[in-house]
Amino acid sequence: MSNIIDPIQPVLKARGLMKRYGTVVAMNGADLDLYPDEVLGVIGDNGAGKTTLIRAISGATVPDHGFIELDGKTVDFRIPEDARKAGIETVYQNLALAPALSIADNMFLGRELRKPGIMGALFRKLDHKQMETFARDKLSELGLLTIQNINQTIETLSGGQRQGVAVARAAAFGSKVVIMDEPTAALGVKESRRVLDLILDVKSKGMPIILISHNMPHVFEVCDRIHIHRLGRRLCTVDPKTITMSDAVALMTGAMEPPVETATV
Amino acid sequence: MSETETDFEQNLKNTSDAVAAFQLDDQSFLSSIRNAVRNYPTLVPALVLVVSILVFGFLAPRFLSPGVLSLVLQQVTVIGIVAIAQTLIILTAGIDLSVGAILVLSSFVMGRLAVMTGVPLPLAIAAGMAIGTLMGAFNGFLVAKVKLPPFIVTLGTLSVFTALKLWYSGSESIRNSDIEATAPALLWFGEAAARPYGASITYGGVALILLAGIFWYILQHTAWGRHVHAIGDDPEAAILSGIKTDRTLISVYAVAGLICGFAGWVAIGRVGSISPIAFEEINLATITAVVIGGTSLFGGRGSIPGSVLGALIVGVFTTGLSLAGVDDYWQMFAVGNLVLIAVALDQWLRRASQ
Amino acid sequence: MKSRIIPSTIGAIALTVLAAGAHAGSHSTAACLITKNNTNPFFVKMKEGAEAKAEAAGIALSSYAGKLDGDAGPQLVAIENCVAMGAKGILITAANDSVVPALKKARAAGILVIALDTPLSDPDAQDMTFATDNFEAGLLIGRWAKATMGAAAKDAKIGMLDINKDNISVDVQRDTGFLVGFGIEVPNLKILGSETDSRVIGHESALGNPEGGVKSVENLLAKNPDMNVVYTINEPAAEGAYQALKKAGKEKGVLIVSVDGGCPGIASVKSGVIGATSQQYPLLMASKGIEAIAAWAKDGTKPSASDGLNFFNTGVNLVTDSPVAGVPSIDSTKGTELCWG
Repeated sequence: MSNIIDPIQPVLKARGLMKRYGTVVAMNGADLDLYPDEVLGVIGDNGAGKTTLIRAISGATVPDHGFIELDGKTVDFRIPEDARKAGIETVYQNLALAPALSIADNMFLGRELRKPGIMGALFRKLDHKQMETFARDKLSELGLLTIQNINQTIETLSGGQRQGVAVARAAAFGSKVVIMDEPTAALGVKESRRVLDLILDVKSKGMPIILISHNMPHVFEVCDRIHIHRLGRRLCTVDPKTITMSDAVALMTGAMEPPVETATV
Repeated sequence: MSETETDFEQNLKNTSDAVAAFQLDDQSFLSSIRNAVRNYPTLVPALVLVVSILVFGFLAPRFLSPGVLSLVLQQVTVIGIVAIAQTLIILTAGIDLSVGAILVLSSFVMGRLAVMTGVPLPLAIAAGMAIGTLMGAFNGFLVAKVKLPPFIVTLGTLSVFTALKLWYSGSESIRNSDIEATAPALLWFGEAAARPYGASITYGGVALILLAGIFWYILQHTAWGRHVHAIGDDPEAAILSGIKTDRTLISVYAVAGLICGFAGWVAIGRVGSISPIAFEEINLATITAVVIGGTSLFGGRGSIPGSVLGALIVGVFTTGLSLAGVDDYWQMFAVGNLVLIAVALDQWLRRASQ
Repeated sequence: MKSRIIPSTIGAIALTVLAAGAHAGSHSTAACLITKNNTNPFFVKMKEGAEAKAEAAGIALSSYAGKLDGDAGPQLVAIENCVAMGAKGILITAANDSVVPALKKARAAGILVIALDTPLSDPDAQDMTFATDNFEAGLLIGRWAKATMGAAAKDAKIGMLDINKDNISVDVQRDTGFLVGFGIEVPNLKILGSETDSRVIGHESALGNPEGGVKSVENLLAKNPDMNVVYTINEPAAEGAYQALKKAGKEKGVLIVSVDGGCPGIASVKSGVIGATSQQYPLLMASKGIEAIAAWAKDGTKPSASDGLNFFNTGVNLVTDSPVAGVPSIDSTKGTELCWG
């Protein structure tokens, strides 16, 4: 048995998303379903429209048509802030970290904590101590050990360390969904392994994850289902336990047509 | 069938798992200097200032007297205040070439209203600062909403504001005797607040230090301040983090305009009169101070204290060289080299992050 | 249609010729005024004088200006525009000598070129200069200062506030004129600072505005707190100089002299801020310039120089309320009658 249509309600449901940039059609009636407690892999060839789909869900792009439902309720994300407020956190491909600012600064960028009382209300003073403590705790929780200086700037960190900060940020503030766009694309073998472990840690905390990746072995290792994206829409979803990597790639590139029973609406 | 770890990852089992640990592994001397400067950016200009004061004290004996040292502070007071405004803008990876015009036009609004039209002084001063804020907001609007490059925008508004200044002033100065007769409080910032040991600290100098302190606090300890850094450092990260970049940018330019308006009031006290042909060189002087103070022209990193120190460094060099009997053009030579060194240092700091 | 093209073309040409003829008839002569900038009241008044005289003489005057001291770029563009539009004469206060080749071309095209206030170093660049004798202006205030100090003149401590270090002719002439008038030997009258007399504390660049005046006097006082004579390039700089002296508590014991004779400056003489100033007459320069262009356009007459000089001297008067013997002067009341701005 491959895919059965699951009677459980999806946490996140997108239907018929369309987006045009001039003459380029980035989303052509794209759908997506994300169920509780799962890691959903999203794979697709270059230019298939995966990043646009993810940006629509994270509020970074506003679709021209279609709808998105979170926990059964329709949502309209106009700016990234809207998605964040709804509990969707995203680790973007370029990490969206400001290099000259510190780890703590970046963790709280756009949602800074103010000191209680008059210092915070009248003088708008930031509670640096609180933010630093929180940041250190979150990084430790995810097993990012030995933080020498939480006030180190992002630019002093290696690629894997930066990835860790971005993931920790999403895990710390996400409450409904965590999205990760190509989290291992620029990393070496050891560091990629670390990120995969981080993904499973986040999943174990009860948040479903959407993982976009080009790396088939990684996708097949951590994902519960794989959404194959092609030409701006969902081609089908497959079960990594029942399909081979080469077949998945063939579906992705159009070399193989999805068999009727694996195609989903 | 599923696969867990692939074959080539088998040997990972024996290696350390702590890749994402934040250990300071690179301990070379140069790197520790680089880290020190990154974490404490004001270190370099502070050191340069102290060293240059000592060097010039040695080269020109009269230099180390309290009178001469406080003279340096007096001479850079207006530049220093405007440099605070310029720092805010440069932190967002912008630049403002119109600061001098905003300053002079604001001081003329204050002067004409208070001296020639008899408007009550607090109102006149408020009007001058309000005009400054408006001009700044106009710059901000063109940069943030119309999305024009700041250099081009402020190059254009420099001409526009200069024309307005000439029209509004009628190309005539407002003379000291008239100001003293009708609105002497306009001159307040030029008066000495204290005269310790023959030095002369003006209220303007005090204002510079206070203003620098206030904006240092704002940049370090308020969310707005962090957002200003973020917008210049990585605009996309700022947007994706939910920062309202357009609104913040406009507010940065507007605040800068407000500071320039205030500087206009201080300038009246410094010069004693309001002249349409004064402060024409202040635009470049403030950019020089900001760059020497360690703020990066590419945005995102820098400090207010650094810019004030930068202004003081330029003052120390010019006065020091003058007292040492060196020809004027060597002052230009020295300041130019300071700028080059500061920019090169900034590049060196940035290169490590690539 | 082919049959309509020829008559309509002839009609268009005829209309153009008529229009051009009509336009040419309404103002017989075109002239250009190119000043250094529009900010210095001196040039603002010069422009006003030129426009008034041009209106009266029936000359169509176009005005141009540079932006900053020393910036000749806009002036070069203006000269080319004037040649292209067929102007009969150009009045120009040159930012610097880089406009010389363009002016020579203009003269070759039959345009009368008159330098106002600032002569060009190359004598072939202009047909005539209408200017103040800036050296004489400096001489007058120098002689006045020396006579006023009396016996103290031999130990005077003199501060010099110039425009800048570029050795602009006006700057150099007034500066060296003052020094010579004061009795100080100047080996090279073509540059600033060639004198070696220890009475001169130093030269500062005041840029001709009050801000520069303040800074310059502060620097000079730092070098020698006993400064008792201040020469200033113009009256705005003198205003700033006075402020700085007042801040230092020294305004009573220091003599300030200047050049210009603008109305605010004469008021300063009256109030005692400036001891004496040499008054010059930019309105006269401008109106005489327009007259010369009108004469040239009418019958080709070229203006001639004043006796014994190679330029037309529009005159200078020493204005002071403390006259000294041997130095002719007018008082501030008379100065106010003649003042500009």
